[in-house]
Amino acid sequence: MVEQVAQMVVHGEAWTLKDLFVLPNEYVYWSIQIVMYPYMTGLVAGAFVLSSLYHVFGVEKLKEIARFALVFSFALLPVAMMPLMLHLMQPLRGINVLMTPHFTSAISAFGIVFMTYACIVAAEIWFVYREFIVDSVHRLSAKTDRSAYESVLLLVYKVISLGAMDTSKEALVSDHKAVKFLAGLGIPVACFLHGYAGFIFGSVKANALWMTPLMPVIFICSAVVSGIALCIVSYYIFMEVRKWAAKRGKNVLLPDGLAHGSAAVDYEHLRSVQEHEVKMTSKYLLIFMTLALTLEVLDMIFRGYTAVKSWDILRDVLFEHDFTKIFIMQYGIGNVLPFIMLLLPGVTVRRAALASVMVLFGVFMMRWNVVIGGQAFSLTFNGFMHYHLPIIPHDLETFKEGFFGAMLVISTPFVLFYFLNMIFPAFMVDKEESHH
Amino acid sequence: MKRRDFLKSTAVFVSGAAVSLSALELIDPQELLAANPELRWGFLVNTHNCVGCGFCVKACKTENDIPMNANVTRTWVERYVITKDGEVVMDTPKGALNGFTNKQLDQNKSGMRDIPDADVAQAFFVPKLCNHCDTPACVQVCPVGATYQTKDGAVLVDRKWCIGCGYCIMGCPYGVRFFHPEEHVADKCTFCYHRISNGGDTACAQACPFDARQIGNLRDPNDPVAKAVMNQRVGVLRDEYGTKPQVFYLGLSKEVR
Amino acid sequence: MKRHVWRPLFVVVGMVVVILLFRLLYVPDDFGSQDRGYTFGYHRLSNEQEWKDYPAKYQDSSYCSGCHEDKSESVGASGHAMIPCENCHGAAFNHPEDPETLTIDRSRELCIRCHSELYMPSSGRNDIPGIDPSQHNAGIECSDCHNPHNPSLEDM
Repeated sequence: MVEQVAQMVVHGEAWTLKDLFVLPNEYVYWSIQIVMYPYMTGLVAGAFVLSSLYHVFGVEKLKEIARFALVFSFALLPVAMMPLMLHLMQPLRGINVLMTPHFTSAISAFGIVFMTYACIVAAEIWFVYREFIVDSVHRLSAKTDRSAYESVLLLVYKVISLGAMDTSKEALVSDHKAVKFLAGLGIPVACFLHGYAGFIFGSVKANALWMTPLMPVIFICSAVVSGIALCIVSYYIFMEVRKWAAKRGKNVLLPDGLAHGSAAVDYEHLRSVQEHEVKMTSKYLLIFMTLALTLEVLDMIFRGYTAVKSWDILRDVLFEHDFTKIFIMQYGIGNVLPFIMLLLPGVTVRRAALASVMVLFGVFMMRWNVVIGGQAFSLTFNGFMHYHLPIIPHDLETFKEGFFGAMLVISTPFVLFYFLNMIFPAFMVDKEESHH
Repeated sequence: MKRRDFLKSTAVFVSGAAVSLSALELIDPQELLAANPELRWGFLVNTHNCVGCGFCVKACKTENDIPMNANVTRTWVERYVITKDGEVVMDTPKGALNGFTNKQLDQNKSGMRDIPDADVAQAFFVPKLCNHCDTPACVQVCPVGATYQTKDGAVLVDRKWCIGCGYCIMGCPYGVRFFHPEEHVADKCTFCYHRISNGGDTACAQACPFDARQIGNLRDPNDPVAKAVMNQRVGVLRDEYGTKPQVFYLGLSKEVR
Repeated sequence: MKRHVWRPLFVVVGMVVVILLFRLLYVPDDFGSQDRGYTFGYHRLSNEQEWKDYPAKYQDSSYCSGCHEDKSESVGASGHAMIPCENCHGAAFNHPEDPETLTIDRSRELCIRCHSELYMPSSGRNDIPGIDPSQHNAGIECSDCHNPHNPSLEDM
């Protein structure tokens, strides 16, 4: 009796198309959200490293973008966790990672490293903005006709001030030292946070494409690349918005009255700051791009040269099935073109921003080609699995692990940044600066 | 007892005690016990005997409540057809839930593949199941301790603790793990732990009419499986991963992946 | 350094304490490293018993012959002697209490699991009498002609 009942769709079946000989239980189990996960953690780590370039290494030229990068990386933080929650079959049990960590697994560190990192970033922001927080408490308290919004804001500032109201010169010097210490501490933790995301893949011995000790290093480099690129792009966009508003005599993304001087909303000033920061940052982008590309190409050459058992199928995947995705989209559009664009003389802000957009796309494709590409072939080395990203969701699963789930993840940091910026103005200029 | 013997045995005892005491400091006694328990489940597959009827797959699904209409399975049977040109063509339609009844080989997206009898040099079936490895890669990578190995070697999944991240599925070199379509946690062959622990046979071994599948205690020298592993030429699957698989195959061929 | 710089640290320590307290309540007492150590044996111990208690569905052929001795004798003398009863009769569960009757699978699909002819040299399949299911009396059940307990037509 072959029962003629409706097929039950198992997890992964909706977006996997098998070809030739594939084992019955093989599907693309790690789909779009696992592409998003290293992408988002990479952005967090990269943005933080960018801000640290100023705070630790004293790269003064990056001062303006550093503050923005710090607040933005805090906005990105909760989003690094989102793809995992959307991916887990039992999201409510996600807490188990923190409760009974099994440290022989690369994933187990997630809860602890992630929280350590979150604490470091939060504390750094607290020190950077402490003076401003205290000022805000005084300023809002002094106001007699507070709106509801301002009352809420006052309460928030009172709570996050943690009662530390001392803004004497020594206290501010201490704050500054703490920032430097935390930023310095944050760099290895950020690299660890993302390096271990690479380790999650690199340590899977069952997967011929993933297993390489270079994976964590490649991930860190591409993380810094993508983080810097995102900061350039979003900084460019936000500054464009502010410029556009400044022309009309308006001040956006820097709440009225919170500005320490009118210079901050002057169009010409904004334009020069934007140009300076974007150009400077793109130089650092070039350095890290070179590093990332070198490692990736080294990995590929090494695989081809040693040509172990898995090379036959890997070659099929790399040069036939995923050729467009790897060599056109990832290396061509995502690496070579922006590289040339940034190297050619006379870089304009717009060109740098465009190149950064392409770099962001390239890093996304790199994540895609690693995560999806690693599952494009069967454990038998005799079959392939094609991944079809679900666009129109027809159930919760295809929503969560589909186009809209990914869009949800991508858009959340911007929403968070909008609210975070109300409390910690990312485009704030220091008091003494604005008087110049 | 002679005095010399007494001294000798005392010396042996003292030095022995000293050694074992120092061993206690370094090695967890529980680990020591686990290294050599009286019971270690192992499995023997005789590929010569397998006719590809798929009764094992059906029995496994029934016994372990894996929905028949879901394309995942704890055990499956593969067909290997090797042509006279040396080409190897394989298939496993629905994991052989309904056996092999078609001469054509199911190549998924590439359609059905017809190989004339005259071109066939060799053709045989290979049943697959969880290898219950001695150093299971899937257990090592579980972030929460939801999958584990028992003292007697069975690798199990705690359905109440699994978070469903899929890392174990990725970590298994044999593709034996999947997400249970109803429980929504990782699932795999348990060696029918509920049956073998209570003196029974695994559902698949019991359903096999041709004795192609056998479970036994590898620590018992009189056990048929232990004897076969000891005295015959057996192979294991993909030992290059260092997982030390404990499902042994008689008549394994180099083509088997 | 001014004292206030330690305040974020106090908050963090407070959070850690809360998490650890919650952990005390959340993690079952029997969770820990068992026989296979931390790497392979870190788990909730009672889960082993839960798996041991999983309900079995199949009995075995000796269970069947306890009552149906005649049937097991007849099939035992035929070429189908090696086929366990439950392969065709279905898993026994707690038969005869629950279920009272078993549904026998008499379908062609069941028979051709073994008897669909495949060319499988170096496999036991080649030794089994085989037919082409699309040619051999297509459309009728095998059991219309063949008695599953004594399948050879010459012996009937």
